[in-house]
Amino acid sequence: MYRYDEFDERFVRERVAQFRDQVDRRLSGSLTEDEFRPLRLQNGLYLQLHAYMLRIAIPYGSLSSRQLRQLARIADAYDKGYGHFTTRTNLQFNWIKLRDVPDILDLLADVEMHCIQTSGNDVRNVTADQFAGVAGDEIEDPRPVAELLRQWSSLHPEFSFLPRKFKIAVIASAADRAVLKSHDVGVRIVRNKAGEIGYQILAGGGLGRTPMVGKVVRDFLPRGQLLAYLEALLRVYNADGRRDNKFKARIKILVHEIGVETFRERVEAEFAAGPSYADDETAELARIAASFAQKNYERLPARSETFEAARKTDPAFAEWVVNSLFSHKVDGYAAVTVSLKPVGGVPGDMTSAQMRLFADLTDRYSLGELRVTHAQNLVLPYVKQDELHALWKELAGARLATPNVGLVTDIISCPGLDYCALATARSIPIAQAIATRFADKARQADIGPLQIKISGCINACGHHHVGHIGILGLEKRGQESYQVTLGGDSSENMAIGELLGPGLTADEVPDAIERVVGVYLAQRRAGETFIEAVKRLGVGAFKAAFLGGAQNEAA
Amino acid sequence: MSATKGQPLPAILIANDLREGHVVFRTAVGWTRDPARARVATDRDAADVLAVEAVQAVARQEVIDAYLIDVDVRNGVPVPRHFRERFKTLGPSVHPELGKQAEFAAYASAAAE
Repeated sequence: MYRYDEFDERFVRERVAQFRDQVDRRLSGSLTEDEFRPLRLQNGLYLQLHAYMLRIAIPYGSLSSRQLRQLARIADAYDKGYGHFTTRTNLQFNWIKLRDVPDILDLLADVEMHCIQTSGNDVRNVTADQFAGVAGDEIEDPRPVAELLRQWSSLHPEFSFLPRKFKIAVIASAADRAVLKSHDVGVRIVRNKAGEIGYQILAGGGLGRTPMVGKVVRDFLPRGQLLAYLEALLRVYNADGRRDNKFKARIKILVHEIGVETFRERVEAEFAAGPSYADDETAELARIAASFAQKNYERLPARSETFEAARKTDPAFAEWVVNSLFSHKVDGYAAVTVSLKPVGGVPGDMTSAQMRLFADLTDRYSLGELRVTHAQNLVLPYVKQDELHALWKELAGARLATPNVGLVTDIISCPGLDYCALATARSIPIAQAIATRFADKARQADIGPLQIKISGCINACGHHHVGHIGILGLEKRGQESYQVTLGGDSSENMAIGELLGPGLTADEVPDAIERVVGVYLAQRRAGETFIEAVKRLGVGAFKAAFLGGAQNEAA
Repeated sequence: MSATKGQPLPAILIANDLREGHVVFRTAVGWTRDPARARVATDRDAADVLAVEAVQAVARQEVIDAYLIDVDVRNGVPVPRHFRERFKTLGPSVHPELGKQAEFAAYASAAAE
């Protein structure tokens, strides 16, 4: 993992001291809320319904066991003993007191963490593939580039007051596990025909009230030119992006309104006129990459007899194995996805006790490192197959072995109106009700891969647009009301779901989802997944079932 | 003209404590964490007083996000009419052991009926 150098350390410590002074001035009354709000937001501090909420950056989802232990400590000392992992792979604490925040930031700085730019109209936490560094299909580990972008964008003087927030993701494979095309900028590490490694640059993707699929701005950008190119791109957005209307201020609107060709011309013109940082960028990327260097893997056989024997003799383990393992590029190892979606639980929540236990497991089984996924689960990236069974037993003891990764009960859900001041309806109880309805493991296995994603407002933190089934909570005539979409896709084939029909009450949602799934089960071809069937049959084929019996007969 | 024209009644004044962040309600003499003790304005004049207090309390740096919400008085306690404000008053519905619903159980049971 990346380790802070003296500049990083000083930078974060100075920022904590600065914010401590700002909080003092706020509490003494010399700063008004209007003056203080942008300062606290740039340090990840929101006001939610019940308290302040602190959003802690987990750059590209990588965490060490030491950092996770520190988060557990903060949860106990300053919150109510739990935290919530988000779709931006951040961690949120829900019950924070303003007066405690400077001390919390100091504790975070002690483990090389911060909350800088987890809010505000700036470049947000850079995300990446959760299997970075271990995936067999990657060209290289995307995290050094993500870290380069984190450092470049942190308090970048030109880009600290953009028209709106700005989200960047980095991947290095054709398969997209980071929802690249929903980002303001997507950086895909690619190889050209000559075999050189470079970058494909996408821009203008986004979810929220106007969902858009990101478009290719540059098909191949040579190494060493990334920062200069992104600087040109952000400069065009900063100058031309709309500031007159908050709802039209994201880069996706600019790209859409002027067209990707015009946008590309402007970026390329700016890029051609701008400076080159190639030498510095190359040197810095090499320095960063060294800290992500190859782990000390043991030489192991590709097939683990211990693992094979355990899955034959322990059916519960075998059941968990099916969806929890991701094939590792090194023989004898596996990357393990750990579900934070116990049926009936709160998606993405983790107690401090679970964090501590998980930190210990991370040390013992995964070289001290874990990952957070955008789907609000965790990954242990370096587990020996020989030790999978032992790991699973310990996870099961902590309610962390739910065998549902990628299945219908592995639901993404934003905090919704149970916590969030922006929400228009609750999300978590909907996730709980659906998961409870589909709790039967055999039935989940029969249904197979199915992504349900729930947002409690149009801002789409729960990625509902790209859920195979998406659910959006709104207010309708003084009641919570839920719109259901079908056919969204968060993969490299990104698609925006289509509305199935009128809004439902919370009570009606599980039945409606069940009827939609029923159409799939009745009409699927051999081996066809839910999303494949939806794409073949079309959303229209599901509408009658969605509307239910009465409407069906009327039609 | 009334400062609270258009504000449905009865109403209470809700805010978040500046230092602690938790939800507070205006009483006759200050702020309380207990929703049962919120001062209920049943007429326009009383609502105007609360609205003035909201502005003043924000200016005194006591609270933030202070605003009036309309309520029904049920079993002697004010219950917000809008579901958003009910969750804000009670705490997260998915964690009944947390928030005011746990801290002020008597209020929560009176409000639930």
